[in-house]
Amino acid sequence: MKPAIGLEMQGITHHFGTLRVVDDVSLSIAPGELVCLLGPSGCGKTTTLRIAAGLESPGSGTVTLNGTLVSGNGIHLPPERRHVGFLFQDYALFPHLRVLGNVEFGVESLAPAQRKARAMEMLEQVGMADYAGAWPHQLSGGQQQRVALARALAPAPALMLLDEPFSGLDKRLRDQIRDETLQVLKRNKVATLMVTHDPEEAMFMADRVAVMRQGKVVQFDRPETLYNAPADPFVAAFFGEVNQWTVRAQGGTAHTALGDFAVPHDGEVEVLARPEALRLVDDGAIVGRVLAARPLGAVSLLHLRLADKWDVRARLACRTLPAEGEIVRLAVDPTQVFLYPRT
Amino acid sequence: MPQIPHLKNGLSIPLPWLTAVVALAGLAALPVLVVAASLLAPSHGTWTHLAQTVLGDYVGNSLALMGGVGLGVTIGGVGAAWLVTMCRFPGSRHLEWALLLPLAMPAYVVAYAYTGFLDYAGPLQSGLRALFGWQSARDYWFPDIRSLGGAIAVMVLVLYPYVYMLARAAFLEQSVCVLEASRTLGRGPWRSFFGVALPLARASIIAGLALALMETLNDFGTVQYFAVDTFTTGIYRTWLGMGQPAVAAQLGAVLMLFVAVLIALERLSRGGAKSHHTTTRYRRLPRIGLTGWHMVLALLFCTFPVVLGFVVPAAMLAVWTVEVGLGQSFGGDFLHLAGNSLLLALAAGLAAVAVAVVLSYAQRLHPKPLVRLAVRVASLGYAVPGSVIAVGIMVPLVALDRGLAQGIERWTGISPGLLLTGTVFALVYAYMVRFLAVSAGSVEASLAKVTPSLEAAARTLGCGAVAALRRVHLPMIKGSLLSATLLVFVDVMKELPATLIMRPFNFDTLATRTFTYASDERLASAGAPALAIVLVGLIPVLLLSRAIAKSRPGED
Repeated sequence: MKPAIGLEMQGITHHFGTLRVVDDVSLSIAPGELVCLLGPSGCGKTTTLRIAAGLESPGSGTVTLNGTLVSGNGIHLPPERRHVGFLFQDYALFPHLRVLGNVEFGVESLAPAQRKARAMEMLEQVGMADYAGAWPHQLSGGQQQRVALARALAPAPALMLLDEPFSGLDKRLRDQIRDETLQVLKRNKVATLMVTHDPEEAMFMADRVAVMRQGKVVQFDRPETLYNAPADPFVAAFFGEVNQWTVRAQGGTAHTALGDFAVPHDGEVEVLARPEALRLVDDGAIVGRVLAARPLGAVSLLHLRLADKWDVRARLACRTLPAEGEIVRLAVDPTQVFLYPRT
Repeated sequence: MPQIPHLKNGLSIPLPWLTAVVALAGLAALPVLVVAASLLAPSHGTWTHLAQTVLGDYVGNSLALMGGVGLGVTIGGVGAAWLVTMCRFPGSRHLEWALLLPLAMPAYVVAYAYTGFLDYAGPLQSGLRALFGWQSARDYWFPDIRSLGGAIAVMVLVLYPYVYMLARAAFLEQSVCVLEASRTLGRGPWRSFFGVALPLARASIIAGLALALMETLNDFGTVQYFAVDTFTTGIYRTWLGMGQPAVAAQLGAVLMLFVAVLIALERLSRGGAKSHHTTTRYRRLPRIGLTGWHMVLALLFCTFPVVLGFVVPAAMLAVWTVEVGLGQSFGGDFLHLAGNSLLLALAAGLAAVAVAVVLSYAQRLHPKPLVRLAVRVASLGYAVPGSVIAVGIMVPLVALDRGLAQGIERWTGISPGLLLTGTVFALVYAYMVRFLAVSAGSVEASLAKVTPSLEAAARTLGCGAVAALRRVHLPMIKGSLLSATLLVFVDVMKELPATLIMRPFNFDTLATRTFTYASDERLASAGAPALAIVLVGLIPVLLLSRAIAKSRPGED
């Protein structure tokens, strides 16, 4: 067993009945690192999180926490022995305990005075010290979320697990709480695994993102890599709107309306281009007719028809909005165009 | 951090939980299994003798009782429920809870009270004689309450609330939209009742009816006093009088067949047409305002059961208590009897709730088919008459005691006598079996308040399964635990047949003393202990009526 620090998941597979919800997932998280599990609903990300917590026992594969095997090879350490913090989507504050009682819950083994000091320290960190005597039902959603964070962090867990922790909050509050949560997590230097279906949230929070689809990790990388070098069309499309076509490549080259691109293999090729890939240039190589033009503020959205009846949506800066039917010339940024052999 | 790996067993249920669940379910199911198995045991001709002599009477009387009680509680319960939920007449809001009052009355207490009330020397006949100037019993005809008809009347009066309660809840749950749809499609209020409301409430009504009929089969005090021979009196007589445990068990097995048919019929009626409410919108029920004759009839229909089922018998008990003299009534060994009743009821209440907590929590932790089956089996006792459970416990217990005594005598040379039979312990065991379903139902429902994520939060914060139960589940459901204990407590206070068969020698409770006084024709002396039982029985009824008044969809 390799002495890993933080969390290490190897070849995790899990079934619900005959449905394979997690399929050969491997992940590692270093101390202080925040990793997001990102994917559409039903992709197995929450199950992966619950397996890390010990709330589910995986069908096969191993989970190693701070160098100790906790799941796999016939071993299953129950959640209460794993020393992990879990932040729930519905916060799950105990309704029969006050805020202080909730935060003290996980540090029962300390002497009463130390227990209270530790709980107050955590409440201080999340800005909820004034509410120590309040009942959970008296708090707003954002306040409950902060208390839940303090409660999960109070036992100084080796690993924090966050299950869509901001989805219950309204948009404006969400941005603020997200920022605060990130700061608290970074200050406590705890390895964190967070589940979300929101790519923007994942990019904002995560040091690395694992994109999941149908139980498999499709790509596990830094956010900018995911955006700039997506592993497949699914990842490319997940991180933003894309234009998508299929062409046939011959002699190592795919001829497209956006220009010629070198490809390793001949055959059907999927071409994806982000709306940001195009810009208006007076002597551009690409000619297009404007189908529709809409100002969006800083940028404008153009609906263009290129050669070979390729329709494309472009998001670009332009001083004057071109008229409908006008012919414009464009240049393409090849780093925002992705080609994949069609499977 | 010490790491103790948890190895999985084949069933993926941890051994301690598996053992606890199987042991508790086995204990709860044991009496039923023993009685059922008795059908296979030889009986040396006594059975044939019984079959030729009394069995026909038992079956005939039981069927007649069930028929009469079934008809009465259905008409009374459904009628009253419809009137108080759908109509408006003076006092209808008060009658809504008052109609539950007879639940506090054990049938045998009502039977004693009416025997006294309708007696030649009782207030009614004396009053009639004074009014019409009759001189003696030869001058007029008066019905005898101590008969099959009387038993039916008494049981209808105390058992209709089961049907009333469930029918009322069903009517309230029905969205008024469905009823209004029926009205706009051209049906009048009465045809809407028979065409829409009644079919929609059918499952609830039948469930209430089944409960009432199970109580009818369970009754011992009334039929014994009225000399109506049924299975329960037969079991009592063959067990205590004739000393024939095997035959008593066989009678119990036949009685269980009746119960099984009842349950099967109830399931069958529910199975096919499961009615779901097609709308979740509730509006204040537009009650039909009644006037004139309609109002008077409705008022009479709903007042009648309350007066006859509660007011008259309670008043009779109170009169007796005062007649005998308060010092006499509550002096003597009254406090001792009350103490015995309280002790038994409290012990049984706590035991039933503790077992229910273990079973429900195990089912929640490990919702595997085996655990569910065990929990189901453990709750069977609610359907089985107390006398059958008593026999089912006594038969194996006596055998166990004999074995123990022989063993001890062989080792020490001293005969210890019977160690378990006829102890309070055995009695509490019987109550636990009989009333486990009562506590299990309310514990299971309240555990649903603890959401899965609360449970997971406790686990990830370092609590094991037992610590989570102690620190999260129990504090969250303690109110329901209290009311579950109370429900079992009251049921035990009222329980008669199992107590009579199983009580320790010279051990009396309020219920058994009420029974003995009545059997000795000292009805007036039975007043005080009976009144005490009724007063305790009022507590859950009042709680229930308060809950009813509060939880009403679409109304404030």
